[in-house]
Amino acid sequence: MGLKGKLHEIKQKYKGKKMAPAFNAIHTFLYAPDETTHNGSHIRGADDLKRTMNTVIMALVPVLIFSIFNAGYQHFSALNGFPENFSLMDHFLTWDNAWIGIIKVLPLLAVSYGVGLLVEFIFAVIKGHEVEEGYLVTGILVPLIVPIDTPLWMLAVAVVFGVVIGKEVFGGTGMNILNPALTIRAFLFFAYPTWMSGDKVWVYEARERSEAILAGATDVDAISGETVLGYLAQNKGAAMDQVYSTWDMFYGFIPGSVGETPTLLILLGGLFLIFSKIASWRIMLSAVLGSLVMGLIFNQVVEMGWVTETSKFYGLMSFDFWKHLIVGGLAFGIVYMATDPVTGAQTNKGKWYYGFFIGFLSVMIRVFNPAYPEGVFLAILLMNVFAPTIDHYVVRGNVKRRMKRLENAVILPKDSDGKAAELQAETV
Amino acid sequence: MSKDIRVKKGLNINLVGVAEKSTSKAVLSNVYAINLNDFHGITPKMLVKQGAEVKAGEALFYNKNIEDMMFVSPVSGELIEIERGARRRILKLKILADKEQSHVSHSNIDVNGSSVQEIKAYLQKSGCWPFIKQRPYDIIADPNTTPKAIFISGYSTAPLAADLDYVLAGKENELQAAINVLVRLTPGKVHVSVGKSTSSPMAGLNGIELHKVSGPHPAGLVGTHINKIDPISKGEMVWTISPQDLVIIGELILTGKFNAERIVALAGSSVKTPKYYKTKIGTEVATFLYASGVNGENFRVINGDVLTGSKSSQDGYLGFYNNTVTAIPEGDDYEFFGWNKPIFNKISSTRALTFSWLMPKKKFDLTTNTNGEHRAFVVTGQYEQVFPLDIFPMQLLKACMYKDLDEMEQLGLYEVAPEDFSLTEFVCISKQPHQQIIREGLDLLQKEIG
Repeated sequence: MGLKGKLHEIKQKYKGKKMAPAFNAIHTFLYAPDETTHNGSHIRGADDLKRTMNTVIMALVPVLIFSIFNAGYQHFSALNGFPENFSLMDHFLTWDNAWIGIIKVLPLLAVSYGVGLLVEFIFAVIKGHEVEEGYLVTGILVPLIVPIDTPLWMLAVAVVFGVVIGKEVFGGTGMNILNPALTIRAFLFFAYPTWMSGDKVWVYEARERSEAILAGATDVDAISGETVLGYLAQNKGAAMDQVYSTWDMFYGFIPGSVGETPTLLILLGGLFLIFSKIASWRIMLSAVLGSLVMGLIFNQVVEMGWVTETSKFYGLMSFDFWKHLIVGGLAFGIVYMATDPVTGAQTNKGKWYYGFFIGFLSVMIRVFNPAYPEGVFLAILLMNVFAPTIDHYVVRGNVKRRMKRLENAVILPKDSDGKAAELQAETV
Repeated sequence: MSKDIRVKKGLNINLVGVAEKSTSKAVLSNVYAINLNDFHGITPKMLVKQGAEVKAGEALFYNKNIEDMMFVSPVSGELIEIERGARRRILKLKILADKEQSHVSHSNIDVNGSSVQEIKAYLQKSGCWPFIKQRPYDIIADPNTTPKAIFISGYSTAPLAADLDYVLAGKENELQAAINVLVRLTPGKVHVSVGKSTSSPMAGLNGIELHKVSGPHPAGLVGTHINKIDPISKGEMVWTISPQDLVIIGELILTGKFNAERIVALAGSSVKTPKYYKTKIGTEVATFLYASGVNGENFRVINGDVLTGSKSSQDGYLGFYNNTVTAIPEGDDYEFFGWNKPIFNKISSTRALTFSWLMPKKKFDLTTNTNGEHRAFVVTGQYEQVFPLDIFPMQLLKACMYKDLDEMEQLGLYEVAPEDFSLTEFVCISKQPHQQIIREGLDLLQKEIG
């Protein structure tokens, strides 16, 4: 009897017991279950939730790998200056870079999965339902959207908050209102604001070193880890142009949250998700349109001379409208977070509105946010809240059509009366 | 005026084991059975006792709520067993067939000269009434109501289902006789839908409104036609009937006899030579299943097609409404890394390392495995791709689950039958039991609103 048989025996033995969900979660991870259909459709399609989630993870793996190298690349570049005559093999895909990523990014990933899945398992055991797969994607999203120097304990606290308050209290996967990964991100941002903003959290050791220098150390070099948006928010667009080219932004060789920078890989991931029919192209496309429209409006405002170089909004408002898509977390948010089917709009028409406003509001908040030049996660969370309302009005449209039909309904009377009369006639 | 229907949303499920177009006569069954589960919502009142002799077409029981509605025996013989379940609910009636069959003969009815009441009474007395179903609620039609229209689908698109053009060939007279009856029962139209590129014997009937349908499954489901032609509003009534049952009604009109004979497709990958058999309602499945040969031991016999049929067994009986019996392998085995390895041998509506989209013509050998565990609704937009009705499928399912009667009404529950959700159930990533949810929703709505 092989592994399959042994596992089957254990499953039968512990059926209905308290720890069964925990065992089943691991069992079904190894083997697709032996469950069969009852009545209804006797055959079922090949996809299940695990496969769906796995597809999203596959679309995220290239981003994760890039982020591991970028962690080191940003660190060393901040110390030594960006290399001239950049070559991918010599300057980016190096062991030194990878090592920084391995000691910084992988622990974030491990804490995110470890803590998050632990909470999921505990809830599954307490509530006696199977462990649902939602966290598989959340777990990889979380380390990619936080600053690299986020302390692990902070991440752990945030993950517990995000999974419990963001998801489990609503009933678990499929029932939550807010995107759990973004709830975790928002918790970090609002609970530890000094940690999560400013220009010292985006590059490994930037904060440590500046603290050491403040404390009087003289043997360390300071690291500036300003993001593109950070430069722009301080109206230092010209200085930024010296450091980062547009191609840098597109390829992702810029500082930022761990995995948000590689627009090219995110684009490929998005195309893969659209092709595999896992994520909604409607949301992605309309969000891109929304952000372009808002960006254009801002550009136009600058062009009209309503906002001048003295304004504190000038830097971000004059930024070419389409470039908003390749800096910050906009592309990442659109592809991987806005498309979350549970928290997004659920009707096809609603997805257009939902996506459009995410793009539109992301750029708006990004420009006007006084504390922090980014708005994607706030925009998505806001639209998460409004998604049911959007759906409500879309569904109402359908209901209205049905109600309208009611006016011309052909409602024929029951002929039981006529029959009774007939029967009476017979008996007479 | 004929209105063509083009269905765009849907999914054709190509399976191994399509019945070959040749018909054999099945061996005569010793025992015939009427399965009470076939008649949803009917409370039976027995008319004959165990051990009684009945003729073919003689009433076995009637509907407790509508006492004129008779349910008759398909054959003559002895009622040998009344199988009962919990709380003495009757499950099955078994009849040991006589060697020499004798029929109840009804006097001929002059369809055009009789009143509607007389026609209805005639159909109920003869046992043909239960073939007529109604929407809302997808139950046997209430004879005290008048439908705004009657719909008949002469087109089958369900996987492995009997080809109606083939089984109805040569039955034009019976079909016409039955249509003549139906047109008396409604002030509206009798809509008949046939496949666009096929030559259905139903296309030439008089007194009908003919529609030509094209597109993937569920293009052949009558619910799709109703929604596209004349959707049901609250308070409206529509009747439906399947063409092979029309033949039985037609024969009753022409000969005065209830003839339970029917051509049945035996299909599925567990059948060695899938083909058609001429047999009777209630026959033992074994009388033709083994004639075609079976592959292996561990397979499921389904009364009906794989998407909407009911689970039967090798010693089961042909259902009252079924013209297809399917046998497919049971999928009660584990699959190593089944959730993430590339899949070439199963059908998928996505392309998430599933490759059925590359092989639109390939015939698949699917089992009864669920391919995953039951989950809450997560993915959206997936049902809409295979659901051509002007209804929000997930929203309606959810309304049924949380039992909001207003929403169920407003979202269109009156218009649907469980079978309309068979395809969404098939593609469902969360493996939700859509048809059961809809059935329970309909039952609740009927109980509360009537």
